[in-house]
Amino acid sequence: MKTKLIELKNISKAFDGETVLDNISLYINDKEFITLLGPSGCGKTTTLRIIGGFESPDCGDVYFDGKRINEVPPYERSVNTVFQKYALFPHLNVYDNIAFGLRVAKVPKEEIEPRVSEMLALVNLRGFEKRNVSLLSGGQQQRVAIARALINNPKVLLLDEPLGALDLKLRKDMQVELKNIQHRTGITFIYVTHDQEEALSMSDTVVVMANGKIQQIGTPTDIYNEPVNAFVADFIGESNIIDGVMLSDYKVRFASEVFECLDKGFLKNEPVDVVVRPEDVDVVPVEKGMLSGVVSSVTFKGVHYEIIVDVEGFKWMIQSTDYVAPDETIGLYIEPDAIHIMKKSEFSNMFGDYSSFSDELDHLSDIVEDEE
Amino acid sequence: MKKTVAVTTQRSLFERFAAAPHLVWSVLFIITPLLFVAYYAFTDDTGAFTLLNLSAFFTDYFGIFLRSVKLAVIATLICLVIGYPVAYCISRAKPHTQKILLMLIMLPMWMNFLLRTYSWMTILQDKGLINSFLGLFGIGPLHILGTEGAVVVGMVYDYLPYMIVPIYTVMSKLDYRLVEAAHDLGCNHLGVLRRVILPLSISGVISGITMVFVPSISTFYISQKLSGGKFYLIGDAIESQYLNNNYHMVASLSLVLMLILLIGLAIVNHFTDEEGGMVP
Repeated sequence: MKTKLIELKNISKAFDGETVLDNISLYINDKEFITLLGPSGCGKTTTLRIIGGFESPDCGDVYFDGKRINEVPPYERSVNTVFQKYALFPHLNVYDNIAFGLRVAKVPKEEIEPRVSEMLALVNLRGFEKRNVSLLSGGQQQRVAIARALINNPKVLLLDEPLGALDLKLRKDMQVELKNIQHRTGITFIYVTHDQEEALSMSDTVVVMANGKIQQIGTPTDIYNEPVNAFVADFIGESNIIDGVMLSDYKVRFASEVFECLDKGFLKNEPVDVVVRPEDVDVVPVEKGMLSGVVSSVTFKGVHYEIIVDVEGFKWMIQSTDYVAPDETIGLYIEPDAIHIMKKSEFSNMFGDYSSFSDELDHLSDIVEDEE
Repeated sequence: MKKTVAVTTQRSLFERFAAAPHLVWSVLFIITPLLFVAYYAFTDDTGAFTLLNLSAFFTDYFGIFLRSVKLAVIATLICLVIGYPVAYCISRAKPHTQKILLMLIMLPMWMNFLLRTYSWMTILQDKGLINSFLGLFGIGPLHILGTEGAVVVGMVYDYLPYMIVPIYTVMSKLDYRLVEAAHDLGCNHLGVLRRVILPLSISGVISGITMVFVPSISTFYISQKLSGGKFYLIGDAIESQYLNNNYHMVASLSLVLMLILLIGLAIVNHFTDEEGGMVP
């Protein structure tokens, strides 16, 4: 039985005349792990802050358990937040940080102590009670922040890029741990991140945002397999996005060839965006290929090779476990179910060609996002 | 390990070298004068050892000292009550506005101190600004000049920036997310002030109190002008003894005053250090 816990209706918000959220509507079910995913500046954090009560929408309404809460201040909402850089109180030790909310709520002392111990056990920080929070490692501070929020038994926990400051290994561990905590406590988690992998591996529902709008809402598999537009296809995983024309139901033409596919319901000869995931393209001898092209680069990635192939000037990315040599001409084979057709959108032709692709550039944009 | 040791010794050698000018300065202009003060405090005109000058502080001058403490405490408290909210508001303003507001607070300090005190005389006197204004309504004249209140007004006016600036400095560094975190955890505005802002700005409050209290207690000019010569404070006592060439009394009064201030501040610091992080 799913019940709507939070609902946002037609929310818009601008800062200094710049639109950050543009008519967003969204509902969140009880006990759900929902992730707001998008690049920096897409409005995901603002959405979270509106739910937390730290910002009020310029127009639109926020409902909690069916009640409109636009004017309810943060301290009267049964929502708690894990802040981006934790925001632990530097003048309090671990115990006092975690006990903060209970003390504000005037919970009797005898009750606070077992609850703090329980929280410390939940986040694996037993024995850290008297520690100074500023001397803890990033991962430990993170755990204190989670415990400090969870001890208040909120109906909803808001997490604003909580793992952003942690290194990769720790981030993976914390992902699993957070998912476990959510499972055990049954609290609704609203999680904000720009890391698509994190979103896919943790969430029940992913909300992909860009330019202040929701692009797609769905389960991780839906979002990955059935992206609605070029932005989603590009942002979630790697995608080759090619201009195509829908000749008829189940028939699409792209790269000067006609392919069978599983999509229907488009107009005759409607221009479309075609998505093919790099792992869904098979490398075959030229004569057996549906397309052929020249290998322009090969990078070893551990599990597979990342191969960039030039097919009539369009650079495809292909992931294959078999090595091919640069400058070799190879054939490409694509199964009908590997082809996903999308309507044209404002994002068409912005993504999906790997001609300017380089790992360094990808990495640079990650760093910029982290500094946000 | 060896390498680190080598680095630290090198560094400390350099530091010692760099600190030399300061060391010379301290010895010449801080420690030596203090020794002179101590010498004069414990001797009489013939150079013989005596405790008479010191005991005078606790007999002849103790009433004056207590009055000085009283006025300085009142002035400091008023500065705190006015300065703390002002500092908070400035720290919450937009960066550009912050600069302007700070500027406005510092501006009077650029004017000569004597001039400022004189202008308070003309404001407070029986035919001054306030009484002329009240006179329009047929009230007064109130005799403000020559009261303890007038002296406190002068102290507050002159030293208020010394309260605001250190508190502002600490508050402007306060991470606003901590305020949001406290709201998030159920604190209303008063709760945030009590549980987060106050404990995190206490160091600014302490330096503000110090910077207002110390000059207030030892001031002589403000009290001379605004008390209308009706009473005087410990600073005036020291000045008049100096003008009478009684250096031994000057030294002993100064020494005792200094020691009392040091002890007082040490106690304050001790308690606030202990309280840091103990607010329930």
